[in-house]
Amino acid sequence: MSNDNLLPSGLPRIESLEMRGIVKKFPGVLANDHVDFDVKAGEIHALLGENGAGKSTLMKILYGLYHPEEGGIYLNGRPITINSPTDSLNHGIGMIHQHFMLVDNLTVAENVALGLKSSREPRLDLDVVSARVRELADKYGLRVDPDTVISKMAVGERQRVEIVKALYRGAALLVLDEPTAVLTPQEVDDLFVIFRQMAADGHALIFISHKLDEIFALTDRVTVLRDGRVTGAVLTSETNKNKLANMMVGREVSLTRERPSVTPGKARLKLENVSAVNEDGQPVLININLVVRSGEIVGVAGVSGNGQRPLAEAIAGLQRVGNGRVLMDDQDVTNLAPAQMFDAGLAYIPEERMHDGVIKDFSVAENFILQDHVRPPFAKGIFLNFKQIAAHAQELINAFSIKTPSRETLVKNLSGGNIQKLILARELARQPRVIIAAQPTRGVDIGATEYIHAQLLKQRSAGLATLLISEDLDEVKALSDRIVVLFGGEIMGELSHEEATPEKLGLLMAGEREIEKMIYTFDKGR
Amino acid sequence: MNFEIILHAGLATGTILLFAGIGEIFAERAGILNLGVEGMMLLGAMAGFSISLTTQNVWLGLVVAILAGGILSLAHGLVTIHFQADQVVSGLSLTFLGTGLALVFGKGLTGQTPPLIPSFDIPGLAAIPFIGPVFFANHSLLVYVGYFFAPLAWYYINRTRPGMHLRAVGEKPSAADTMGVNVYRLRYFYVFVGGCLAGLAGATISLAVSPGWYSDQTTSGQGWIAIGLVIFAQWNPLKAALGGYLFGALRRGILDLQGPALLFGLANPLYINSNFSFFLKMTPYILTILALVLGSRAAIKKRLGAPAALGVPYIRGERGL
Ligand SMILES: Nc1ncnc2c1ncn2[C@@H]1O[C@H](COP(=O)(O)OP(=O)(O)OP(=O)(O)O)[C@@H](O)[C@H]1O
Ligand SMILES: [Mg+2]
Repeated sequence: MSNDNLLPSGLPRIESLEMRGIVKKFPGVLANDHVDFDVKAGEIHALLGENGAGKSTLMKILYGLYHPEEGGIYLNGRPITINSPTDSLNHGIGMIHQHFMLVDNLTVAENVALGLKSSREPRLDLDVVSARVRELADKYGLRVDPDTVISKMAVGERQRVEIVKALYRGAALLVLDEPTAVLTPQEVDDLFVIFRQMAADGHALIFISHKLDEIFALTDRVTVLRDGRVTGAVLTSETNKNKLANMMVGREVSLTRERPSVTPGKARLKLENVSAVNEDGQPVLININLVVRSGEIVGVAGVSGNGQRPLAEAIAGLQRVGNGRVLMDDQDVTNLAPAQMFDAGLAYIPEERMHDGVIKDFSVAENFILQDHVRPPFAKGIFLNFKQIAAHAQELINAFSIKTPSRETLVKNLSGGNIQKLILARELARQPRVIIAAQPTRGVDIGATEYIHAQLLKQRSAGLATLLISEDLDEVKALSDRIVVLFGGEIMGELSHEEATPEKLGLLMAGEREIEKMIYTFDKGR
Repeated sequence: MNFEIILHAGLATGTILLFAGIGEIFAERAGILNLGVEGMMLLGAMAGFSISLTTQNVWLGLVVAILAGGILSLAHGLVTIHFQADQVVSGLSLTFLGTGLALVFGKGLTGQTPPLIPSFDIPGLAAIPFIGPVFFANHSLLVYVGYFFAPLAWYYINRTRPGMHLRAVGEKPSAADTMGVNVYRLRYFYVFVGGCLAGLAGATISLAVSPGWYSDQTTSGQGWIAIGLVIFAQWNPLKAALGGYLFGALRRGILDLQGPALLFGLANPLYINSNFSFFLKMTPYILTILALVLGSRAAIKKRLGAPAALGVPYIRGERGL
């Protein structure tokens, strides 16, 4: 074999990998319907589609986590069988999953060594592993320390560990299932450098993302899935955003947002000098002052982990407020229980939707009445009124076009975008006066994102006071009337919709308060 | 009240908890809670005793005891790993099954005297003052084995490659699976190991430290204490061994407290009215109940370092994991 066929790691390249006629059914869903897909060495191939289109399913089949009902996989033209991840790893296929696949209480090196024989069986050879990890990290400019325990790492670092894990095994073909969903723009740029280098070295890459900008920045080819079927396969250079959106959703999708002008009304939500500490006694919120008025969307920008979650939870009654007051309609609601907050007119779209937003083993209908199942019309004494519950569920499913096989389907089987729509529908149906929307479109496809944004803007016109917490700057910028930036639990500054440029936001997000003050006085002086 | 005697007895009876507790640690570290320890222990105690009696070969008895516990545990494995059923329910049933089997097959064993596992002094070491008589004199072979077993188990779990796989499987099975670790096989294996050790713990009672067959009084709830001990020990074999010895010494100490009429120069209430000692005898069980109640609270479990996937069946490819 000539050297051309080898990767820098010495493993053979995967010249081509083909999936032909893949069919995969789940109860009530045809997740993959005769899907054809292929990828070549040196290529970055995007897999695009709405939530629930079947992207992860197709990739899990390739990785041996699911078995297809029909169809075959061909490696360099020869059919192969993949029954488990062990098989796919042996063929040189690696995968970075949509959710982290890391053992939290193990170190980076231990996570990397998982599943491999040690050179000193049965003892561990972590020093050998660490050395090799450092080598790889150097080669690809990945900042990871092999001896750090995963639980101490931020999400960006964890994503780099996932990549090291794959590189360590060789990964002639690397599947990347939404690797950028939780990363900051800077981290995404850094990753893309690595992906490009891998492709240049002869790896084959499959890239999944809902962000069209990323597709155009990184990939060579795009395959689009809709409802489990391939609706298009094109060269990235020969298409554009609108065409791709159209292939994904099957209709025109507006990629820009209309913000009608609304005159803000009275102050609905007020935070006065709010401070809070976490379980370990570390301050997570410092002297937060914030007002959200009726008919106004206030955006909270910032790099994740700078107090966004405590802020949302302090208002929702899930995080104890140490100092200061939270007011709703001038009533002191500091440290009320979540149920009392909901009764006071608060709606909450939590950041961890699977964990805090729904009960994943409950049905869609049951998840619609999580707050209101104790009172009429859903309850009569201790009895539930199933007819009302069903009618209510059907109404919301229709009104918000939630894609689900039935209202009795367990929520864990819905796609991420549809779970998010479910939460939004439930919260808005309660006719709240204030809504906290934390990362409302993270991991959500463009069609659902458009829908969620439209709903938030519609409610704004109807007088809802919205606190929008998001790491997606485009989203914050597109929707918000005012933007505050959190850094280290403090508000670094506030910008109006007009003055919020990416540069100014970027500086504030990096904690540069002084510069903000300069800009502020400068603007005022003008 | 003689400390030497109490500590000596503590090491002997503590060995029972040591084996059973470490066995449960293996199973739980792999993510499978097995509440059937009491049943597996009793079956092991009966099987070892019975085989040793009929074959007059104590070693054969020991092997059969170990296998009896192991094989019974596979029923739990099948139900919880293969059929992904609730581990608490299955474990409780296992206790009933094991206890039932042991009592049926153990009929008529009471009062019999099979060959036992030998006890002996360690030459040389036994002569050291205080240390010698406590640690190295007149102990069953199994007690000496226990001295090595706990550190070995610790080393295996924390320092070897298979041990790391074990930890990963109990902590985040999906991560282990996607790295090519066979989660199902490992879980079966460690449930089996846990069962074997529970069987060994049973034999430690009936063939070594308090020989005899006294139907369900043979184990008298020590299987449950072992489960509580795992929580006290924070899933660490070394701490489990220490805890086991401590419990053992506590039990013996409570017995001995009833002996003297005077305690520290005062009238001994336990001597005057033996009913008081019932309450003292309850302490290990009360502590166990406390540990189980506290240990079942998610927040406390997390702080103590419980394996994150303990009690959760693994289903490959399930969403939202
Ligand atoms: N284990 C499962 N059991 C039942 N249904 C499932 C399962 N996994 C996926 N599905 C269903 O199959 C369909 C495809 O899901 P898949 O996860 O592949 O979507 P996706 O394209 O990756 O979406 P997203 O962008 O939200 O990640 C969805 O309708 C989903 O509800
Ligand atoms: Mg997916």
